Amino acid sequence: MMQLQCPYCGVRDEMEFRFGGQSHITRPSPEATDAEWADYLFNRDNLKGVHAERWYHGFGCGRWFNVLRDTSTHEMLGVYRMGAPRPALPGKDGETP
Amino acid sequence: MSAKCAHAADGAGAPAKVPVQPARLAKGGLIDRDAPLEFTFNGRRYHGYAGDTLASALLANRVRVVGRSFKYHRPRGVLSAGVEEPNALLEVDAGYGSEALVRATMQPLTQGLTARHTNSWPSLGWDLGRIVDFTRPLWRAGFYNKTFMWPGWHWYEGAIRRVAGIGRLPAAPDRRSYYHQNLHCDVLVAGSGPAGLAAALAAASSGAHVVLVEQDREPGGTLLFEAGRIDGETADAWRLQTLHRLRQMPNVRLMPSATVTGYYDHNVLTVHDRVDITHPQRAVERFWKIRAKEVVLATGAIEQPLVFAGNDRPGIMLASAVRHYIVRYSVTPGCRVAVAANHDEAWRTAFVLQDHDIDVPLIADVRSEPGEAVLAEARRRGLEVRLAAAITNTYGTKGLRSIEVGTLAEFVDGTRRDTSSVRCDALAMSGGWSPAVHLYSQAGGRLRYDSTHGCFVPDRCRQRVRVAGAANGSFGLGAALREGHAVGAAAAEAAGFATTARQYGHAAEADDYPVSPLRAHRFSSADRQWIDFAHDVTVADIEQAVCENYVSVEHLKRYTTTGMSVDQGKTSNLNALAMLAQLTARTIPQVGTTTFRPNYTPVTLGAIAGARSGELYAPARRMPGHAWHAARDAVFDSYGDWLRPAFYAKVGESREQAIRREVLSQREAAGLFEGSPLGKIEVVGPDAAEFLNRIYVNNVLTLKTAQVRYGLMLNENGVVLDDGVFTKLADGHYLLNTTGANADRIVAWLCEWHQCEWPQLELLISPVTEQWAALTVAGPAAREVLAGIETDIDFSAEAFPHMSLRCGLIEGLPARVQRVSFTGERSFEISVPADAAETLCQRIERAGAPYGLVPVGVEAVLVMRLEKGYLHVGSDTDGTTNPFDVGFGAIVDRKQTDFVGSRSLRRPNDQRVDRRQLVGLELLGGSAPLRAGAQLVESRGTGYRSVGFVTSACVSPTLERTVALGMLEGGLARKGDVVTGMDEGRQYRLRVVSPCVYDPAGERING
Repeated sequence: MMQLQCPYCGVRDEMEFRFGGQSHITRPSPEATDAEWADYLFNRDNLKGVHAERWYHGFGCGRWFNVLRDTSTHEMLGVYRMGAPRPALPGKDGETP
Repeated sequence: MSAKCAHAADGAGAPAKVPVQPARLAKGGLIDRDAPLEFTFNGRRYHGYAGDTLASALLANRVRVVGRSFKYHRPRGVLSAGVEEPNALLEVDAGYGSEALVRATMQPLTQGLTARHTNSWPSLGWDLGRIVDFTRPLWRAGFYNKTFMWPGWHWYEGAIRRVAGIGRLPAAPDRRSYYHQNLHCDVLVAGSGPAGLAAALAAASSGAHVVLVEQDREPGGTLLFEAGRIDGETADAWRLQTLHRLRQMPNVRLMPSATVTGYYDHNVLTVHDRVDITHPQRAVERFWKIRAKEVVLATGAIEQPLVFAGNDRPGIMLASAVRHYIVRYSVTPGCRVAVAANHDEAWRTAFVLQDHDIDVPLIADVRSEPGEAVLAEARRRGLEVRLAAAITNTYGTKGLRSIEVGTLAEFVDGTRRDTSSVRCDALAMSGGWSPAVHLYSQAGGRLRYDSTHGCFVPDRCRQRVRVAGAANGSFGLGAALREGHAVGAAAAEAAGFATTARQYGHAAEADDYPVSPLRAHRFSSADRQWIDFAHDVTVADIEQAVCENYVSVEHLKRYTTTGMSVDQGKTSNLNALAMLAQLTARTIPQVGTTTFRPNYTPVTLGAIAGARSGELYAPARRMPGHAWHAARDAVFDSYGDWLRPAFYAKVGESREQAIRREVLSQREAAGLFEGSPLGKIEVVGPDAAEFLNRIYVNNVLTLKTAQVRYGLMLNENGVVLDDGVFTKLADGHYLLNTTGANADRIVAWLCEWHQCEWPQLELLISPVTEQWAALTVAGPAAREVLAGIETDIDFSAEAFPHMSLRCGLIEGLPARVQRVSFTGERSFEISVPADAAETLCQRIERAGAPYGLVPVGVEAVLVMRLEKGYLHVGSDTDGTTNPFDVGFGAIVDRKQTDFVGSRSLRRPNDQRVDRRQLVGLELLGGSAPLRAGAQLVESRGTGYRSVGFVTSACVSPTLERTVALGMLEGGLARKGDVVTGMDEGRQYRLRVVSPCVYDPAGERING
């Protein structure tokens, strides 16, 4: 069971959180084409390596935040608030898609 | 073997009352000879001693056959002395309920224990299932795909399934208690052999919090039975001193009788703890989740069998197990014990046997050049040794009587010469050692093949784990102590502790036995050479798999089922993949291993469930008015998480009669219904209206204070997610009602949209479901009933129209009253602080008595909503239903601004007119009970095509006929059509009507 660093509460067990999928998905305007809309609804990266993803501390502060996690090793490489840009990871950026 | 052994105790030295244990040695062992215990096996009474396992006690009584094998029903005896046991799987009742497939080698002997064999009928001695052994060509790997193909597998399936499987489920209730516990520690050490003890001591002396987990009830691992001296003392003396020191340290938790069963992400390990299981009065199993900063695996190694014809006969045992039984339990597996090995280490067994005055007729080693030290020692002792020799066959029906040994070179060309027969009643065999790398592998660790020792060893791992001793491929006492100390100190340092301790415990290098097995070749009938004893997989099965091109180790495993039984291949996987490598001319590392998965040893389902069984399995939520309902004979049922009154049973009433009475009472007079589980969410803030306008399909901005509006929520895919009403309490303050089952989910969902998509909107989302009880007074007499309670709210039609809210005091309580209805009657939903629910129920009941008010349960409300044609999200909708499908197209079209799901509704597929759409269905001819799930069909060719289905149906007490809702292709345009319904072969004619069949004009609701 993983441990996550909630930016508001500190280190907690995975079971206090809910996974919210890939971060930094931009919601298109209602004028988007069907293809653009479908891409937003359904298509996500499925990568091996550093993944920026959202987590929700449901059994805690009730806040959403972003996590950088290595999907192959479950290494937690960073935590940042919702709306903040993805931080650069020295030496790790080569693995990002 | 009938001859008496000279060494056996024959009762001498034991208290006179205790019956003879024929294979018990006269002295020694870690057993308490002053504490005899009685037990039964297959109904016969036997005796053992405290300190015995069930297996050692059976061997002490020379019970050689303990079970029948899984497939061929061959007689089998105890193979091992530990967790790896594939044969001695018994049904055991130690006083707290029967348990199937208990490893006799791990079961502590207790007074009055009863054990029974598995997998033999009619008796253990005479097993009809043995016919499978004599017809074995029929039952090779994959037999069910081949042998039983004509006329069809299904002809045989029933009979085969009946004999397949092993063990019986216990019929009596389980009397054990189960708990889950959590623990954090600095260093967790798995295994308490020499490496584990050294590691625990090194780590603990730094002050680190150390947990030492040992699967045996007695810590010590191999120190319990191996010779060797540490710091000039016997291994056992050093073991006791070390344990004493550890027990003195407050920062050490010693967990015996507990197995680390799984290694998960971020250093979480699970431990199955059975330390209290032998106390019938308080039999407890615990399942621990331990998060360790650092982990030391000192899990030792598991000895592997040799592969030869007839290697499964009772009396053939792993060499280390023979030493284990003799030294620790003072039990000999036989009177004449031969030794067969492919490495030096196993020769020790012969020496131990001889030291205990047990005949050793032969040491057979497949190598031509064994180590000089063991050869010299054997010569010194005058032991018969045959080199380059292998066992070619074994004899004895109910246990080993003799073995046939040949010289290896002579079998290379397939001819048999110079084989000789050796009389013996037990055989100690060793095909090398396989480190217990299971946990390391579960942790994500990679393995490496060590060709010197012929086994897989840990290589590298991302988790914070270290390995010491035999588990690391470092065999020998001296190596275990050295490596254990180094790794324990390193782990403590990594956890932030300074270590200064010098190594405590050194062993002479002479104790290090080089283990370098040479694997045996194939030289006799393949289908008599067992690879996997537990699943009866032979070399012939592996050959067959290879023949059919199952050459990936993962395919081999699944095709032959090798390593898939209770023991998970602890004594078979290495031999299976070595055989696969040999047959496919590859190296063992090229073949690789299968994946190691939790759990390392079987964990009882009870331990996994913990306390979550019975009433605690899914604790029900009770409404604030629960006691009031119970006092009125409510029949409770589960609705989502909630326990709610389904109906109120009057004496002599059936369920249907009660529901009918409640419906008619509310329609004609008044009903009181508790709807407290209804989701209640407050949204407060300057941007609350804007936020909700983006969430609801309906327009929120035009709602005035104290007005209530029906609202529909979609997910971003345009699918109906939830419905309910929303109320404007004040500017920037809204109350949302959701369906009871979705209350928590909708809160989280709203938070997600606010925090992740529109964080710039200023608002707070606050779930208040538990804070308010909701009591609905409904029916034509509702207003008269409420006139009888103390309130400052004006309930008159002019002052309080339908779909509005009034706040005030009711019986002195702050109350919010919404005039909304789910049943089609004049209806007031009163919310008061939750702890006042019971009081208010009583007051309303008293005020309503003159008007015929009755309590109304969930079932009656659901009937009334169906008569009214109101949507029930989740019953009438599914994961494909959009708002057009359920008749809300006009609302969607009216809304000019964007909302969640709106873009999806413009996709061509969402706009199709032939989608399944919600309609009312009227049963033509009679009032037969139609059921939800019945299909709506139309003829196509010679058969039918489904064009929809019934989503809700009931016999309406009000209308005296069947009313139903259903989803029908293009249904909105088919009013008046007659369609065919089909329900389990019966056909119905149904007319498509408007969903609302009761008071369509809404006169009652608005009156």
